[in-house]
Amino acid sequence: MTAPAPNSFRTQPDANGHFGQFGGRYVSETLMPLILELEREYTRAKADPAFAAEFEDLLEHYVGRPSPLYYAPRLTEALRQSAAEGLGAQVWFKRDELNHTGAHKINNCIGQILLAMRMGKTRIIAETGAGQHGVATATVCARFGLPCVIYMGAKDVERQQPNVFRMKLLGAEVIPVTSGANTLKDAMNEALRDWVANIHDTFYIIGTAAGPHPYPELVRDFQSVIGKEARAQLLSRTGRLPDLLVAAIGGGSNAIGLFHPFLDDPSVKMLGVEAAGHGLDKEHAASLAGGRPGILHGNKTYLLQDEDGQITEAHSISAGLDYPGIGPEHSWLRDVGRVDYTSVTDTEALDAFQLLCRTEGIIPALEPSHAIAAVAKVAPTMPRDAIILANLCGRGDKDIFTVADALGAKL
Amino acid sequence: MTRLSPNRRLFPNRLSAAFAREVNGVPRPALITFITAGDPTAAATPAILDALVEGGADIVELGMPFTDPMADGPAIQAANLRSLASGTTTAAIFALARGFRERHPETPLVLMGYANPMTTRGPEWFAQECHKAGVDGVICVDIPPEEDADLGPALRAVGVSLIRLATPTTDAARLPAVLEGSSGFLYYVSVAGITGKQQAQVASVEEAVARLKASSTIPVAVGFGVRTPEQAAAIAAAGADGVVVGSALVDLVAQHGAAAPVAIRDLTRALAEAVHSAR
Ligand SMILES: Cc1ncc(COP(=O)(O)O)c(C=O)c1O
Repeated sequence: MTAPAPNSFRTQPDANGHFGQFGGRYVSETLMPLILELEREYTRAKADPAFAAEFEDLLEHYVGRPSPLYYAPRLTEALRQSAAEGLGAQVWFKRDELNHTGAHKINNCIGQILLAMRMGKTRIIAETGAGQHGVATATVCARFGLPCVIYMGAKDVERQQPNVFRMKLLGAEVIPVTSGANTLKDAMNEALRDWVANIHDTFYIIGTAAGPHPYPELVRDFQSVIGKEARAQLLSRTGRLPDLLVAAIGGGSNAIGLFHPFLDDPSVKMLGVEAAGHGLDKEHAASLAGGRPGILHGNKTYLLQDEDGQITEAHSISAGLDYPGIGPEHSWLRDVGRVDYTSVTDTEALDAFQLLCRTEGIIPALEPSHAIAAVAKVAPTMPRDAIILANLCGRGDKDIFTVADALGAKL
Repeated sequence: MTRLSPNRRLFPNRLSAAFAREVNGVPRPALITFITAGDPTAAATPAILDALVEGGADIVELGMPFTDPMADGPAIQAANLRSLASGTTTAAIFALARGFRERHPETPLVLMGYANPMTTRGPEWFAQECHKAGVDGVICVDIPPEEDADLGPALRAVGVSLIRLATPTTDAARLPAVLEGSSGFLYYVSVAGITGKQQAQVASVEEAVARLKASSTIPVAVGFGVRTPEQAAAIAAAGADGVVVGSALVDLVAQHGAAAPVAIRDLTRALAEAVHSAR
């Protein structure tokens, strides 16, 4: 299904929050006036130089931006071992794992908490899967002195104990969600239930480029700092644009943040990497590969679901990719053919995780390990002078227990 | 009971008829009852629906279970999960609706649920199924007027009412958009929150209902948080054309399972008496 290519890929969403047929505002009437108010406030904030100045100041001095752009020589060499003569692209990483709190999630949280304060909200809620967004949200709440409630599936609370403790240290209240399947989508349901009952004072910081309009747009805009920096950094270092961008996709915020500033550079190809879990024919979290369009959590997008439209459980070794949907802009970018999407299994991600540890001395999170696994597959098929730029969107400290378990190591 | 076809010409509009009843020349408020289809099993649902009608419900809302009922509190969430766990499908829900229509040719039936199960085969398919099954109206929690294209036109084309929600946050500027394309009745969600939680202050309901009725040509029903006959009577006395009770009935299903019809009929009867005599 390929629609005619538009003149620019960077003008979405439309005034109603639609990315082609995707996106939108599928929320209950109680939330609708609030969503409209958020949209108005975001429009005002975008036009306000003081808002941009505060955002940028915090990114520089609190988050530690710009994050480095790093050429990975030993990984590049390792992947050339299996390449034919003249093949084996250069691999570069955008090092967002070096951000304060260890992932790209903080970029978005800074932007959203500034919006929350502009709107006079005094209480913050968020959902989290891996705990990275929860930690980032708890962090900005501590920084600005706002009370913070994090909803987290009971299953994820169990498998991400270090992050649960981090959130508590930061002063957040972590509420384990035992409704539904006890994972990320249920945490999001519970956060929406809290929000609808506390609209007068509460701001919901959504952790990925999904949810009702304007969230997919504003999360993308806040995360676009990744792609803007990377574009300028690579141009200044090599005088050229990358040939291929690669990023892992849970809801799609680190990927859209990297991709968006390059969307109108026709020579730059892009690859989004979904989690294939145990395999696409088994349990997985690849909504584009294994789902179809539907409506959940405020937006229309590709979803894992049965023929009656009941949402099916996702599975990935990476808690941050373990979600049955995907941000609506990715659904659109796939249908118009601008971005390619692939998927990587748990096992492939674990192999890539170890490969990066040993070749570059960097322990990646399991989420970007999916992107690295995809890089390992495509780099040997591309010319030696081609440049692959992958988003290293998180560090692996939070995952060492999961990895140890998967590798049969005892800690 | 005589069997009648779901043909609309026999009962041109069951919903408006349900709001047109009078006692001694005074309009009689309607009792609207909600249960979840297939809770605990699809086999148990017909007897529960019959108990609602026997108890005196004027309109029956049948919840379509969804894996992710974001607008519901614990009672109805659990009902959704019980229903899905017992294997309830969309086809089974329409079979329940058809059976209801045959047994109760005059009682309006409204399907209530979430956008994804309703639109997954396309809005036209869903609207046709509603029409064929004799469903009178549809309440979709997560399709606001802004996204009407996903359901509204298809329902209107087959004459099934789209019943929209108004809430304490629906201000005067939004209300016309909510009413546009709505029919059957306007469902006023009396608390900003989820189903089955706190109860609204009667004074605030009275004010809201008066405001809504001033702009609306269709009846205004009030729900969320109404559990007892006393509460229902107070809402009806505050001017509501209809009072919706859900979680309290769903709780009885949770408690009694397939044996719930007796308790359901008793509570419905008490609610109906309270609502019908509130003015
Ligand atoms: C390090 C990291 N990368 C990626 C993700 C997935 O989210 P997204 O697709 O929005 O970037 C997460 C989510 O928790 C994460 O922690």
